[in-house]
Amino acid sequence: MTSWLLLAEAGATAGSPEGGLFDLDATLPLMALQVVLLTFILNTLFFRPVGKAVEDREGYIATSRTQAKEKIAQSVRLEADLKEQLKGARLEAQKVILEAEQDSDRLYREAMAVAQADAMASRESARSKIDVQRADALSLLEADADRLADLIVDRLLPAS
Amino acid sequence: MAPLPLALPFAALEVGQHLYWQLGNYKIHGQVFLSSWVVIGALLAVVVVGTRRLERDPKGVQNLLEFLWDYLRDIAREYIGEKAYRDWLPFIGTLFLFIFVSNWGGALIPWKLIHLPSGELGAPTADINTTIALALLVSLAYFYAGLSRKGFRYFEYYVEPTPIMLPFKIVEDFTKPLSLSFRLFGNILADELVVAVLAFLVPLVVPLPVMFLGLFTSAIQALIFATLAAYYIGEAVHEEHH
Repeated sequence: MTSWLLLAEAGATAGSPEGGLFDLDATLPLMALQVVLLTFILNTLFFRPVGKAVEDREGYIATSRTQAKEKIAQSVRLEADLKEQLKGARLEAQKVILEAEQDSDRLYREAMAVAQADAMASRESARSKIDVQRADALSLLEADADRLADLIVDRLLPAS
Repeated sequence: MAPLPLALPFAALEVGQHLYWQLGNYKIHGQVFLSSWVVIGALLAVVVVGTRRLERDPKGVQNLLEFLWDYLRDIAREYIGEKAYRDWLPFIGTLFLFIFVSNWGGALIPWKLIHLPSGELGAPTADINTTIALALLVSLAYFYAGLSRKGFRYFEYYVEPTPIMLPFKIVEDFTKPLSLSFRLFGNILADELVVAVLAFLVPLVVPLPVMFLGLFTSAIQALIFATLAAYYIGEAVHEEHH
């Protein structure tokens, strides 16, 4: 390999005054200029627009992420709020139910007491009426009996 | 080429032959420019097609470009640092893209089908002029980066951590472009030569693994060049925290 290169080098230098592997000439500065130009062209055509696109997307993703996180936090907060409200409402409802039950119980008892009192009163009055009538009937019967007895006595005594 | 003792086999391998163009008093290597224009044209075509309509939901070529952009940004950010990488991303990215497409273009495009009067087409990075140009640009870039960011305090870097480092740091300024340019040049040229020699010896199948290895080294070399350039610039703009 080395000998080939050397041969080539030797051949090139022997054949003509120029050439060879390490032949430095105006190619060097021109190539440098070309690369510098390419750097500027690629900067405007490639690095800046693509960088902008990528960084815009990164920014977009970052903002969407923070927005999504905010939304999650908000919904968590709302959920807690609503749970709190629900708990309050449940307690309220239980209280109302309890009150209603107590109310209805009280009303029932009152109505019951009134009804019992009524019933008692009407029973009492009925009993007293019955007593009066019984007493009347008894006295009538007694009078009748007396009268019959007198009649019997009267009929029997004159006959003897 | 001068007549060689083994003229027949070497007909397929032209090393150190150039297609000279006269430009005023100066000569330039035409084949390097021709292939570099193909490379630049391909790059620009992909970039123009991919950025014609940038959308938030990337499609097609935009995906590729965004992947590349992301990849290059990661290199630049990692080695230059969060503060300065934005200024240097286009330079590092252009270096990487140009070298990468040059290397792969040199390996994948069937250049040999195009016959030139002298020399042959190949990767532009297989020419020492190109790699030295790139390496000198890197040197200028890191000097400029350091001086523009820190002013003359940049030269404190040469005596940190101790003034004993001064000669080594000065030597480094020369070895950096030297190693950059010769590493790239040597790898790409050697790869092309190995493939050419193997293809000449055994035209079928055997060169394939070497070609794949060549693609691998080409990509690695582009990455190394861009990474080192970024690292040198990062070193120049780095602020010591006392």
